Amino acid sequence: MDFAFLSSTMVTLIRALPTTLVLFSLSILFGGMLALLITAMRVSGIRLLSGFARAYIFVFRGSPLLIQMFLVFYGLGQFGVIRYSFLWPFLREPMVCAVLSLALCTAGYTAEIFRGGIRAVPAKEIEAARSVGMSGFLLVRRIIAPIAFRHALPAYSTEIVLMMKSTALASLVTVWEVTGVAQRLISQTYRTMEVFLCAALIYLVLNFLILQAMNLLEYSLSRHRRPFAPGLRA
Amino acid sequence: MTLFELLGLGGKGWGAFLLLATATTLAVTATALAIGAVAGAAIAAAKLSGSVPLRLIGHVYTTVFRGVPELLIIYLIYFGGSSGLTAVGRWLGYDGFLGLPSFAAGALAVGIISGAYQAEVFRGAFHAIPRGELEAAMAIGMPRRLRFRRIIVPQVLRFAIPGLGNVWQLSLKDSALVSVTGLVELMRASQIASGSTRQYFLFYIVGGALYLILTSLSDRVFNTAERRANRSMSASTIGGA
Repeated sequence: MDFAFLSSTMVTLIRALPTTLVLFSLSILFGGMLALLITAMRVSGIRLLSGFARAYIFVFRGSPLLIQMFLVFYGLGQFGVIRYSFLWPFLREPMVCAVLSLALCTAGYTAEIFRGGIRAVPAKEIEAARSVGMSGFLLVRRIIAPIAFRHALPAYSTEIVLMMKSTALASLVTVWEVTGVAQRLISQTYRTMEVFLCAALIYLVLNFLILQAMNLLEYSLSRHRRPFAPGLRA
Repeated sequence: MTLFELLGLGGKGWGAFLLLATATTLAVTATALAIGAVAGAAIAAAKLSGSVPLRLIGHVYTTVFRGVPELLIIYLIYFGGSSGLTAVGRWLGYDGFLGLPSFAAGALAVGIISGAYQAEVFRGAFHAIPRGELEAAMAIGMPRRLRFRRIIVPQVLRFAIPGLGNVWQLSLKDSALVSVTGLVELMRASQIASGSTRQYFLFYIVGGALYLILTSLSDRVFNTAERRANRSMSASTIGGA
């Protein structure tokens, strides 16, 4: 084992880590917001809206992320309408395209996860809230959203880990994040195994941290379900 | 050129090219699923075994290959496989560069990833077998191998169908990443067609639509398989007997 090479590889890869983290957090943020919108449309009961949400989910979950990313990166610039619009300075940037396509794609998967959470809300809880006169946004905020979110959390943590892995595809539209830099190192040095080990270690640590954070969140949201333990109360 | 000429099957159209590439995508995915079934069964057996080192190996395999980006694993197999092959060639007295064929590298990489997911599917399916059935088989003195063949395998396969359907869909989408090795599957074909006609939007939409057709058709196939496999277990048979 050549430790000098391993440590210099690690340093080079860690320099690309901020790019990966920016890609990840922005796409989770925007994807989550879009997913809320799609979920609301899907369960709205209005046929046009739920039909659109269904189609959205089908398209973005049924095709590979890479083709979606290339469609955004290469396809949009083909149209004069977009190239001469105020959006072009943004859409010309590979980073913006990568975040956009990551967010669009994860929104499809996340919307299904959120819908599953909503379906798990017991009907009697909603009926009880209605019988005391709660309705509309208050009902969603107080009853449906908290229960649905708690049910959706395990599946959502899996989706977040998948998203972390998906940021690797941004390297194919010239955003130099960890996997892209690793590929460049491999083709310069031909030392595939060492570079792979370093890059894999970075992703495994990131995933471990994400899962730990999600477990903590899950635990803190299940306070009312834990057995009563007087010694542990604050 | 009009839309029909661009997508036509003959002449200057790209239709036949794209359809052929779709077949390649299916071939890569099917090969990967087969490789993954072997790897997955072995890893599931390791994770279910009593031996601590074997369980550890299984655990490391599923953690690494489900936690590291697919693209990185494809690079590992493609570049690493080629340099390994070149080293073997040098040892045998051949001095040039030997590349791993992109189909083999791609199918192997996607297969290794798919194996990690299939291992979890098989493990879950094994746990779904009622303990009583295994105990009953033991009680009438059925030997280990016969128990495996008669009780475990048929039921694991039945319980695993929905999970395998999900893994197939994952592998189908992962196979698009094999395009980085230069293999002309559907993703790479869409890139070539869009690059040479400058019709990026059109060809990526068509490529995406072909993927959608593949995923929804295979969804149907797996649903039918699930129904068929559960025929003998359906409520009417049990209740009406």
